[in-house]
Amino acid sequence: MRTDLRLIASTINDRARVLDLGCGDGELLAHLAESKRVVGLGVEIGEKQINKCIARGVAVVEHDLNQGLKRFPNDSFDMVVMASTLQALFRPNLLLGELLRIGEECIVTFPNFGHWRIRAQLTFNGRMPESTHLPHKWYDTPNVHLCTFRDFEELCRQMRIRIIERFVLGTKGESGWHLNRFPNLLGATAFYRLGRAS
Amino acid sequence: MDSRFANGSSVGTVVPQRWKFAAPFKLQSGDILPSFELVYETYGELHSGRDNAVLVCHALSGSHHAAGLHADDESPGWWDSCIGPGKPIDTDKFFVVCVNNIGGCHGSTGPASTNPRTGEPYGPEFPSVTVKDWVHTQAMLAHGIGIRRFAAVVGGSLGGMQAMQWAIDFPDRVEHAILVACAAKLSAQNIAFNKIARSAIHADPCFEQGQYKARGRFPSVGLRLARMLGHVTYLSDGAMGSKFGREIKQGDPEQGADVEFQVESYLHYQGERFSKRFDANSYLLITRLLDCFDPAREFGDDLVVTLSETLCRFLVISFTSDWRFAPERSDEIVDALVRAGRPVTSAVIDSPHGHDSFLLYSPRYFEVLGEYFQRMARDCSS
Repeated sequence: MRTDLRLIASTINDRARVLDLGCGDGELLAHLAESKRVVGLGVEIGEKQINKCIARGVAVVEHDLNQGLKRFPNDSFDMVVMASTLQALFRPNLLLGELLRIGEECIVTFPNFGHWRIRAQLTFNGRMPESTHLPHKWYDTPNVHLCTFRDFEELCRQMRIRIIERFVLGTKGESGWHLNRFPNLLGATAFYRLGRAS
Repeated sequence: MDSRFANGSSVGTVVPQRWKFAAPFKLQSGDILPSFELVYETYGELHSGRDNAVLVCHALSGSHHAAGLHADDESPGWWDSCIGPGKPIDTDKFFVVCVNNIGGCHGSTGPASTNPRTGEPYGPEFPSVTVKDWVHTQAMLAHGIGIRRFAAVVGGSLGGMQAMQWAIDFPDRVEHAILVACAAKLSAQNIAFNKIARSAIHADPCFEQGQYKARGRFPSVGLRLARMLGHVTYLSDGAMGSKFGREIKQGDPEQGADVEFQVESYLHYQGERFSKRFDANSYLLITRLLDCFDPAREFGDDLVVTLSETLCRFLVISFTSDWRFAPERSDEIVDALVRAGRPVTSAVIDSPHGHDSFLLYSPRYFEVLGEYFQRMARDCSS
């Protein structure tokens, strides 16, 4: 399983009601159902991904996140997960607010655009960055709203969203003290557990 | 790309079976049916654990003949595309049951049957029936043939409504409810179309207030019109356009009066064929049953409450070009299930064929349905 998914799984309580936005092939929810008896619901738009969810026995609703989340009522889930999806949304800030309306807490992960390799590609090559986390060309990338640790935390401040926990993962999904020392420069993937302002 | 469920084979020659319930049966309306018979077909083998039974529910014009061929008929069952070895509803893995519902006209007790009290055909005196009545008689049949619990109840359109009613009325007897091109109730527009269809039958001089059979007549003109109207609502503008366009069958459009477009000829043919195989009183009765279907009515008009006591998992499939039961109508069901905290999977299939899409092959539709049944099969055998 992808490292960020493993980390998410470890954060979620037994029997929690989990909404996984952009659930992909359903790997996380299938794992949670088995290991933590979690009642999960996935949301996905990719046809192949939906089929994989079905094959895994994961409940998945076909829905475009860019249409908003009005379908999901207030406080209907214990945890809302959105892994590696934030950067592909048309209005990430609006959706972020919705996550905490629907769930008590949410987990958001995204690729950090402030990572030194990305900075270096732009600085020294003068080209749009590509990496294992961001493999697309500039003209066909789904990732239209990339941000950094700093950008994201600034948005959370503005929106009065409480950061409960933060993890910084390196390019191979590893963690380490140096990553936590310089997250915006060394972190490849950002992991945040968020709650409503107390 | 083709679906791997596209190339299944046929269940072969099938023989309908009959099941009789000899005691009086009380309908939702309060009326009593002195007794009733159901005609049904089965395909595949029931496991010794009896955990692989699937109930297929037919829609307005369907019957118990869902798959395979009858010895005396060349046209296969109405859902032959979907049911058979290697098809989405794989009869190598599932034991499939399809029942002709009461009030119909394909062998089960209906308006054309003889009323045991009078010795005459019921005709218009046949009591009104509901989706609930259908589902309850299906459950009685299931019990009668030794099926306590269905792995899935599946249907398109009115068939999906029966699957939904199953989930509500028999929560512990259905594991998966599969609703295709369905709605939780008819819209005003849906009812309006049904009204016009019924009016066409009523206006036929051969209708004789429904007593046509006793008087040796049949309102085939009215029934034909009703079916033609229905057909327009089953197809999409795009599907009609690509199938017929403005193609001329005969005559000269410059002259006008004598011209016949292909689409006219098609509708005429469909109406003609239908009026030969369907009973007018059944058509009236079943369109009424459709109008009145609204399971939320007994739960304070709240679909969320209605569905919150269900125990099964749901699969809800809709089609982009279906304007009779559009994807938004399926979304109402999905949203209610989400709000009720029930497990639901949904797919909106890009298909040009309108409401009829649920009967036809399209790669993604078959992938979704086939994958879902394969998963069920794995769960059954584990």
